Amino acid sequence: MTRVLIIDDEPLARMVVLEYLMAYPQIQVLQECGDGFEGLKAIQQHQPDLIFLDVQMPKINGFEMLELVETPPAVIFATAFDEYAIKAFEAHAVDYLLKPFSKERFSKAIEKYLQHTATATPAATAKATENLLEEAAQSPAQNERIVVKTGTKVKIISVQDVEYLQADDDYVSVITAEGAFLKNKTMAFFEKTLDPRHFVRVHRSYIIAIQQITRLDPYEKDSHLAILKSGAKIPVSKTGYVKLKQVLGI
Amino acid sequence: MASEQLSGKKLFGGFAICGVVWAALQAYLLHSFGFLWMVALADAVVSTLLLSLACWLINNNLRYYQPERGSYVYLLVWCGALAAGCAASSRYLLPFFGFGVVYDNFLKQSFIIRMFTDFLAIGWMAMISALFYSQLDHKKTEQRKTEAEKLARDAELYNLRQQLQPHFLFNSLNSINALIGFRPEEARKMVHQLSDFLRGTLKKDDQLLVPLSDELAHLNLYLEIEKVRFGHRLQTEISCHDKCGKALIPSLLLQPLVENAIKFGLYDTTGEVTISISGELEDNYLIMTIQNPYDSQTSRPRKGTGFGLSGVQRRLYLIFARNDLMETHANDNIFTTIIKIPQL
Repeated sequence: MTRVLIIDDEPLARMVVLEYLMAYPQIQVLQECGDGFEGLKAIQQHQPDLIFLDVQMPKINGFEMLELVETPPAVIFATAFDEYAIKAFEAHAVDYLLKPFSKERFSKAIEKYLQHTATATPAATAKATENLLEEAAQSPAQNERIVVKTGTKVKIISVQDVEYLQADDDYVSVITAEGAFLKNKTMAFFEKTLDPRHFVRVHRSYIIAIQQITRLDPYEKDSHLAILKSGAKIPVSKTGYVKLKQVLGI
Repeated sequence: MASEQLSGKKLFGGFAICGVVWAALQAYLLHSFGFLWMVALADAVVSTLLLSLACWLINNNLRYYQPERGSYVYLLVWCGALAAGCAASSRYLLPFFGFGVVYDNFLKQSFIIRMFTDFLAIGWMAMISALFYSQLDHKKTEQRKTEAEKLARDAELYNLRQQLQPHFLFNSLNSINALIGFRPEEARKMVHQLSDFLRGTLKKDDQLLVPLSDELAHLNLYLEIEKVRFGHRLQTEISCHDKCGKALIPSLLLQPLVENAIKFGLYDTTGEVTISISGELEDNYLIMTIQNPYDSQTSRPRKGTGFGLSGVQRRLYLIFARNDLMETHANDNIFTTIIKIPQL
């Protein structure tokens, strides 16, 4: 038995998937979700094998929702029109459906998924999803905000409010005036997805927003300290200093 | 082009008359010095013909080559040379008529004064020609400029119209696809609404002002489709004073604003959303107000006013040449867009 969730904000779009799934008695639909928050809750509650996920949804979109899931299930994406998303899907997704899709196309996606689960390990699936999210997050529509979970709540941080990011074991701590928020992503992920004109990785464990810098002080040999508007002192490594100089044009 | 040739012909006629008058005056002047009419006429005709030739030369020259601001002095030199040429030609050609020693002496003595009058006449001609041709050029450039501007504007308007979101189209088709399965009658209705909406979008001329009632009818098609897509989540309130129905508004202006409101409203909140649209007439302006709820806490950070809104602002500028016809503000979790359409 394959247990699935359908996450889409348009009721009729969910109906199509439900209708097409009637041909598969071995697939059980656990729940339909109308937005990312509901989806997130349902995934945690049911631990489904597969989700059908729309990209454009209220509040948080499909990608942002997936970012918040600890161990994402297999995903078949559905979207109407989104160049960036499609590029990401082609490279990394199990499969994706372009709305409106036919029953035949839908069947192909299901078969592809069944084949995929027969061969791929869950770790490989998780890795593929991570790569997909990394690529999707680079689209201009995506890299303007960071979605984090604080307890059971979802917090949306505008990148303009970010002061700096700090590596914290397996997490990255996003520091804003409101406080620090943990996100289970790597520094490399943020280095790739944040706009390089505004964010620089100045140290193995630090990425800073350049408009937050008030001063650069020399510190020990070959290294510097960046003093931010908030007063925070961020170590800048030798290579970090070179990168920083390049972006600042000094 | 025809009018230009016509004015050229008229000008030529004018100059011919000037030439005849010039020759007549010269003949009269010479006669008053005591020469025979025959002698005076021959002198006048020959020197006027020479002068005309010089004028024609300078005019023709200026038609194809216009002196730059700094090189008017060359023009002066040219006029001087032509005047000297004219005077010298009459001085050495006229004696061949054999009008006698008195006349030949008179020719010698009047050489300088002839040269000066010729210089004045040729200079005058040069001035008129330079003015005339530079104005002609100016007119042509002006015409080209307006043409280029019009082309650019048409292209821009076309592009603005193309902003009809493919997202909307594909999602609507997806809804139809769903309805076909279990509510075929509704699917059929939606196909008709979508076709009517698309047809309305395609046939409209961007520059055209349409009555508000037409624009609202078109908008309603769009809203009906969106309501099928989003179900109970989307509510709309349209309130317009009866008088507004006849007020004029650029076609397809409201739809992108409402589209923006829906996107903003529906994608920033998870509950039900009411979009309200109202219109009123005030001091010769049709004032349309569009409001949607949004969540200031989680709203996607926006740069500027968004693509849909800036497109509308640009259109208003292209049509009315004013930048102050649209304003937006956000407070108490309500986003408001107000546009003012001048009623001429």
